[in-house]
Amino acid sequence: MTTQETPKACPAAEHPPACTAPASADPAASATKTTRRDFLKAGGMLSLSSLMGTAALMAQTDDAHAAAEWAEHFQKNYRLMTDAEKAEARTRLEKRYSAEYGKPVSVDTTGPQPGMLMGYALNIRKCIGCRRCVHACVEENNQSRGPRPGEKIEWIQVLRMERGKFEQEKMNQGYPEGLGIQVGGNAYTPAGAVLEGQYHYNPEKVPEADATYMPIACMQCEKPPCVKVCPVRTTYREADGPVVIDYNWCIGCKMCMNACPYWARRFNLTTPVLPKEEMNPVTHYLGNRPRMRGVVEKCHWCLQRTRHGRYPACVEVCPVGARKFGNLLDPESEVSLILARKNVFRLKAELNTFPKFFYFYD
Amino acid sequence: MHQLISFTSDYTRYVLKGGTKFYAWMGSLSVLILAMFYVFYLQNTDGLIVTGMTSQISDGLYLANLVFLVGVAAGAVTIVFPAYVYHHEGMHKVAVLGEMLAISAVIMVMVFVFAHMGRPDRLWHMIPPRGIYSFSSMLGWDVMVLNGYLVLNAICGFYYLWCKYTGNPVNRKWFIPLVYVAIAWALSIHTVTAFLMANNPARPMWFHSMMPIRFIATAFAAGPALIILIFLVIRKNTSFWVDDSAIKLLTTIVQFCLGIAIFLTLSEVVVELYARTEHANGLYYLMFGLHGLTGLVPWFWSSVVLMVGAFVMLFMPSFRNDFNKLQIPCAMAFAGIWIEKGMGLIVPGYIPSPIGEVTEYHPSFVEWLLTLGIWAFGFFILTILLKGAIGILLGEVKYGGQAAAAK
Repeated sequence: MTTQETPKACPAAEHPPACTAPASADPAASATKTTRRDFLKAGGMLSLSSLMGTAALMAQTDDAHAAAEWAEHFQKNYRLMTDAEKAEARTRLEKRYSAEYGKPVSVDTTGPQPGMLMGYALNIRKCIGCRRCVHACVEENNQSRGPRPGEKIEWIQVLRMERGKFEQEKMNQGYPEGLGIQVGGNAYTPAGAVLEGQYHYNPEKVPEADATYMPIACMQCEKPPCVKVCPVRTTYREADGPVVIDYNWCIGCKMCMNACPYWARRFNLTTPVLPKEEMNPVTHYLGNRPRMRGVVEKCHWCLQRTRHGRYPACVEVCPVGARKFGNLLDPESEVSLILARKNVFRLKAELNTFPKFFYFYD
Repeated sequence: MHQLISFTSDYTRYVLKGGTKFYAWMGSLSVLILAMFYVFYLQNTDGLIVTGMTSQISDGLYLANLVFLVGVAAGAVTIVFPAYVYHHEGMHKVAVLGEMLAISAVIMVMVFVFAHMGRPDRLWHMIPPRGIYSFSSMLGWDVMVLNGYLVLNAICGFYYLWCKYTGNPVNRKWFIPLVYVAIAWALSIHTVTAFLMANNPARPMWFHSMMPIRFIATAFAAGPALIILIFLVIRKNTSFWVDDSAIKLLTTIVQFCLGIAIFLTLSEVVVELYARTEHANGLYYLMFGLHGLTGLVPWFWSSVVLMVGAFVMLFMPSFRNDFNKLQIPCAMAFAGIWIEKGMGLIVPGYIPSPIGEVTEYHPSFVEWLLTLGIWAFGFFILTILLKGAIGILLGEVKYGGQAAAAK
């Protein structure tokens, strides 16, 4: 194995219980006066050395690589694997990813920790719509980022909601029109298309005076409709809260995408476009490891980080501290305190999905 | 055993022989089937990106055809039911043809299941003991009832043909109960398919309890409409005679069910558009367009014209009783329901998306090609099954008879 060549990254063979951010793609780490491009360039140089090492590896182990892929086809559903099978699957993946991306890649299989129930809270008053969370998420979680429409995947959407207002000139615009029924003027200026909002906005500066922002992503429901409809039980709720997907077991039937009321799930229409130098090598089996063509993916609250006591990338990068994450079972955690003291609400609560993602305001 | 071998060989030889017309028909279907394999190859190397599907509109033409064809499969019961429950003379003669149609339609459905999946190579994940079967998933139930329906129809259909071939009497002790089970099962396949769509509160366009009955009503209009068309072709091209009484009863069924379907559609329009909540956005997009996007508007209105037109035409004795003109309303009803249940129901379920985004769906060329290819595949199987069945019913394929002379 040549995977030990790069000094900075976690050795793939040792199971890293608390792997401290090697070459993390999260911009907060690189925020020390470097632009994102510089950062990526540096990352590229860093991985170049290991690339040369792995080039040899790839040339030799072509058969081994094919065999690893072949074996992947026959592995069981992750939940039903014994520890030995999990370790085997993990080694197989680490080998394949390391060869594919030309750098040592670790695939974490840490399970849920007892006494932990992850929760999330978002202060919609504070969000300024900068969308740094969206980009940090893409970089941390190895989403596809190709040029074609089907190749670009983002898990977080920040909805831009127009501030409506009542206007004198619109007092006579009845709603609904016709039939001679006066229901009051439609003087309130409503908003656009997306939840009365819009996430394809591109302003010079944020926050904009005439807008508020509402970020959404997977709500990690306690009663997730997506889990109920999965015909192969490849998506399920983990004991510590997040709803995860075994990408190797997913058959791509997309029923979960029909069922999700928050449009949190994305489909890999083609093989994800993930440049070697941009790939985040610290991965989790149920989290951000590179996905394949034809499977569904979504936010998993950065399992590769949160299972080791770190914040999700979006929480870490948020410049205004709008995003809070913590243990719902710990009364002193930030989310618990927010639930105790602030006014909170859940999105589409009427659907009884019981999200563990709460919105609040000061 | 000897009988079985001779049945297989006689049957195979009979269905493979035919005139120029037969070979031309099968040849052109084969070309489309080749195209189907090509697109399958594309989808399993490039991925579903070669289709018009997106993360917003995650299913389209394939799921639409899947849902519609489940209806066609269930629609075969409109022959079997009068034949075995009401002992309708004319229907009883052709009941086995209905079963053959059901078999072909279910096979088409299964190929469409393959077509819409991201990873058809992993289908075995659904099948125990190695795979996992989930009882909470409607798709799991759908696959189960569809397979059951296929098996039931294959058993009922081919056992009947086998008896005709060997000249033995049908063992009514288990055959008749099995036919009754198949009749009830036909309702179950379409009901479960309706639940597959309707059990999604995330999609207000689908989330209403009218869906199963609407599915059944449209299925029992589209199914027999296709059967009438097929019967008229059979009467014209073979020496097998389908009784007028059978076609007339089917015509009545088509019309009644078409009327119910139109009524249900109208009810939905009134209920949704009177209050015009955000949950009506899908229907509104379908009927009039939303935010300037009007991709489905022509589909919807052409479906309305076709369905209402067919319904009105079937009132006219000149269409109803003239079997040269009956094809017109039947084809119209079939096409209208194909749109209503396909592009007109599946696609607006995705528009707007659960977070309110309005995008449009444009099926790509290869998507159309694959759809066409799967239909050709289905008709290829249907032609063989019908030809074999008719040969046996006519007595041209018979145990102990001289090698069947096909014409």
